[in-house]
Amino acid sequence: MSFYQTAKYAVSDATCAVVGPISPDSFAKFCPRFVDGTFVTIELLVLSCSLGLLIAISVAFARLSSNRILRNAAFVYSYVFRGTPLLVQLWIVYFGIGSLGADNLGLLWPLFKDGWTIGLIVLTLNTGSYVSEILRGGLVNIPKGQMEAAVAAGMTWFQSMFHIMLPQAFKIAWPAYGNEVVLLMKGSALVSTITVLDLMGQTRTVFARSYNLEVYAYSAILYLLMAGAITLLFKFGENRMKTE
Amino acid sequence: MFELLSFGDTGWGDDLLKGAVITVQLALCSVALGFSLGLMLAILKLSRFALLRWLAEAYTLFVRGVPEFLILLLVFFGSEQLINSALASLGSEATIAVPKFAAAVAGLSLIFAAYSCEVFRGAYLSVPPGQMEAAEAVGMTKMQGFMRIRMPQLWRFAIPGLGNLWMVMLKDTSLAAVIALDELLRVAKVAGESTSNPLMFFVTAGLIYLCLTALSDILRDKAEKSAQKGVVSQ
Repeated sequence: MSFYQTAKYAVSDATCAVVGPISPDSFAKFCPRFVDGTFVTIELLVLSCSLGLLIAISVAFARLSSNRILRNAAFVYSYVFRGTPLLVQLWIVYFGIGSLGADNLGLLWPLFKDGWTIGLIVLTLNTGSYVSEILRGGLVNIPKGQMEAAVAAGMTWFQSMFHIMLPQAFKIAWPAYGNEVVLLMKGSALVSTITVLDLMGQTRTVFARSYNLEVYAYSAILYLLMAGAITLLFKFGENRMKTE
Repeated sequence: MFELLSFGDTGWGDDLLKGAVITVQLALCSVALGFSLGLMLAILKLSRFALLRWLAEAYTLFVRGVPEFLILLLVFFGSEQLINSALASLGSEATIAVPKFAAAVAGLSLIFAAYSCEVFRGAYLSVPPGQMEAAEAVGMTKMQGFMRIRMPQLWRFAIPGLGNLWMVMLKDTSLAAVIALDELLRVAKVAGESTSNPLMFFVTAGLIYLCLTALSDILRDKAEKSAQKGVVSQ
């Protein structure tokens, strides 16, 4: 962790040393803040994306399961998280559950007192619900016979899912998944309303001090760069899959 | 505990309901304005002139890559500074506070326009060109062909996408709470703070949003079915 911290500071210093002199004063003055915020946004994005994917796979399986309780529970989860605004979800947990205090929450309290942790949990659950829907769409589009063939060839249910069905579902779902990751990145800006100093949080802090609208423009450029990077990454992945 | 949700002077029920009405109004206004802007953008994207196409492309690229929240704040603070600096340059001493509702509609409709124009463009291109050639061949003018052949079919392709965007819009209106517009989420926040029971009010607000999206879901299914009427599925 400390190595990671040092590396982050190094990147921050190096970036600002290079970009600072060639950028407008209103950016150069707050450059470290923008870079720090970008790091926080990327960390939240990477973590919630990977954890969300695990949830999404489990929920997609649950929705296709033959157990009715499991199926319904998975449906309710994905319906509730897709049917309410992300901002409401964040505020329910941070201001709502957080207000119950240390006495009522007991051991869970450390999870709920910190904006970053709540942001990560809510973003993960939120993206999990959307991605599970995308994956389910991919899974139901694969001919049933494949699953039957895999089981007939002696694979267990899990083996057939992981070796036969999921890879194909991902191929189908890939472009939609890429869109969802960009949407998640954009949605992550809302954690700034629960005191997290991600890129948006830093931007709002700097704006509150300088009241200079250019600050939002710089932040927009940084978000655009991230969105562009995600899009390129997914395009690259798509090409790789095609050549396989 | 639930008397807090009752109607009248003692409860917050009527305030929440008013907030929900503002949320729906905000969504409807933004969709109406964003819809027209989106159509214009789609026309630009289908234009013969490369410059117009690039401008529209750059706009959608921007909106799709930048958080909705940032766009809303930019419009909120930006419109005020823009108008007031314009007033100052005209030699006026007056300063104007942009109404929050107007700023929120402006921001949300700019976002809706960027996404809906893709839907319109896709729907436009989904009508096979052979049909338009056929329309011309039987003697229709370009305009007649557009109104009689392309337009009626365009909706069939556009309705599922627009339905999705409506749901996204309904949820995005909650961002207006951050600029202190008294819509549903903001009312819930104020109620929670003044009764020191935030959890119940936020959950209630969440349930109201859920009802609104569930209702929209049903209406969207109906609209899709009626748009598919008379179409032979392949």
